[in-house]
Amino acid sequence: MTTTTTTAKSVEPEDAVPTARKVRRPKSARAGGQMHGGPIAYIVLGVFTIVSLFPLVWTAIAASRDNQRLAQNPPPFVFGSNLFHNLDVAWNDANLGKAFVNTTIVAGTSAATIVFLSTIAGFAFAKLRFRGRGALMLIVIGTMMVPPQLSIIPLYMMVAKLEWTDQLQAVILPSLVSAFGVFFMRQYLIQALPDEIIEAARVDGASSWRVVWHVVFPAARPAMAVLGMLMFVQTWNDFLWPFLVLSQTGNPTVQVAVAGLGRGYTPDQSLIMAGALLGTLPLLLVFAIFGKQIVGGIMQGAVKG
Amino acid sequence: MATRHDTAAPPAKEGGAAPGRPAAVPTEAEQRRRARLSRRWQRDKRWSPYAFVSPFFLLFLAFGLFPLVYTGWASLHQVELTAPTDMEWVGMRNYTRIFDDDFFWNAAKNTLTIGIISTVPQLLMAMGLAHILNYKLRASTFYRVAMLAPYATSIAAASLVFVLLFGRDYGMINWALHFVGIDAIDWQNDKWPSQFAVSSIVIWRWTGYNALIYLAAMQAIPQDLYESAALDGASRWKQFLHVTLPSLRPTILFTVVVSTIGASQVFGEPLLFDANKGASGGAEHQFQTLGLYLYEQGWVNQHLGRASAIAWTMFLILIVVGIVNYVISRRLRASS
Repeated sequence: MTTTTTTAKSVEPEDAVPTARKVRRPKSARAGGQMHGGPIAYIVLGVFTIVSLFPLVWTAIAASRDNQRLAQNPPPFVFGSNLFHNLDVAWNDANLGKAFVNTTIVAGTSAATIVFLSTIAGFAFAKLRFRGRGALMLIVIGTMMVPPQLSIIPLYMMVAKLEWTDQLQAVILPSLVSAFGVFFMRQYLIQALPDEIIEAARVDGASSWRVVWHVVFPAARPAMAVLGMLMFVQTWNDFLWPFLVLSQTGNPTVQVAVAGLGRGYTPDQSLIMAGALLGTLPLLLVFAIFGKQIVGGIMQGAVKG
Repeated sequence: MATRHDTAAPPAKEGGAAPGRPAAVPTEAEQRRRARLSRRWQRDKRWSPYAFVSPFFLLFLAFGLFPLVYTGWASLHQVELTAPTDMEWVGMRNYTRIFDDDFFWNAAKNTLTIGIISTVPQLLMAMGLAHILNYKLRASTFYRVAMLAPYATSIAAASLVFVLLFGRDYGMINWALHFVGIDAIDWQNDKWPSQFAVSSIVIWRWTGYNALIYLAAMQAIPQDLYESAALDGASRWKQFLHVTLPSLRPTILFTVVVSTIGASQVFGEPLLFDANKGASGGAEHQFQTLGLYLYEQGWVNQHLGRASAIAWTMFLILIVVGIVNYVISRRLRASS
């Protein structure tokens, strides 16, 4: 349980941690909580871990072989010598250099904008009183239930009319609508930002923008970091919409470029795997470094959701 | 609250009374200045909340609500992909056309079955996994991060790898199955195997994520509930049934709703599972989902109007599903 506390601490407000600790007392005959996991628990977890990681490891193995080897039984289980050659070819064939720059721009701009807009909107919903607040918040929650894919046809017509096909703003702009972000920041700020601090700043004569800048942003920083990472992952992996408006040869994102590798009638499987590996590696690195924070953020968002 | 600001000093940082000035008798100009600042203060207090929430709502209007409503309008027109701005009114014809199309019903059925095959095992496994993760474990963070790795993998990359793993002749899965005496399965061309394979991509990507959500909810359950259940002599399984599950009800409902919406939109996995067949979802449309069917009508057959009709049909189905969910959850709440 101690690990849980530290995991969640990154986004929990400071004062919530001791209370959470107080509740948890060790006790043996319970289904949840402090029970030590037995061997079966470790076996099940081991199986799930292997199933989760194996396809990723095997992507790298397949990428290190060549097409002939992948058309033989049994399938390869150890690394071959072709990895760097394949990465190099896939990089050039799939336009991946450009795709990486594009995706970084798209995901970075989207994540930063969503975090900023969600924080100020979440602050207003969490801490400010205004007419229509409840109704507007209901709309925000309602929009989370409508999948954006249903809106692609008019968006496509807009993009065609504005002649934005194959341009990054066609992908960035629609991705900025994130009801989840507003909800996430609101839930966080309700508990993480004491009313007294806002009042104190008000009494000092701070305008609303000053309050946001000097009080809300510092208090919200941990949640902003988590939301930023979640949104970066989401936009990086976004497939349908970029696939419709960007072309693989023109101005693709990584997903569009990687998907393009799979087409063609005699595709080289080892090259496809090399492309898939390149497209996944950056996010896996992010997860390897910030995994703990991301896990904490998802769990934090879940309890309140 | 409101009255205090009238008497409050003008904002010091914005050029209020200088420190050295005697505060006793403010000049007339000073009073006017204070009144002006106070008015500005009131305006700020009153309107800034709207300023803060308006960017979200403007973006939502432009890229969420308007396109959704306009999809309904476009569904009543004939619109070609090549000239998306030329719209010809056709009334309900797009709807009658798709309802007469066997492939629409095929896609609807596939979406339902793939949705069930992918969602039900996924959420059940996530629940079991969360229960185990809730034990005190060594290296618990490692398991959590490892199980989230598929979530970090894109649909495109995951689908391409699974195509190879599910290969009929040289795939890892058929190779493993031959040890237990199962002949090579044609995962791409046989109906149920292909639906299972497509679903497995969804399951692989989302099980860990849902497990974390359940785990978070489990950790929020007050421990005294378990203590009193244990005092009453409830076994661990009984505790799980009678304490854990009821407490998780809102979370379960949440994940069911989110997974249902996700399942209704499945697109990338079937598209890439047989990349050469593309939008048809297999040689015999055996794993074509509604998402793929929409894409095929709109971008392969170039009938954007018909694609809009499909989108709106999906939207209406979602509304019905949402209402059913709501009713069921109210029943459950009332019965507990």
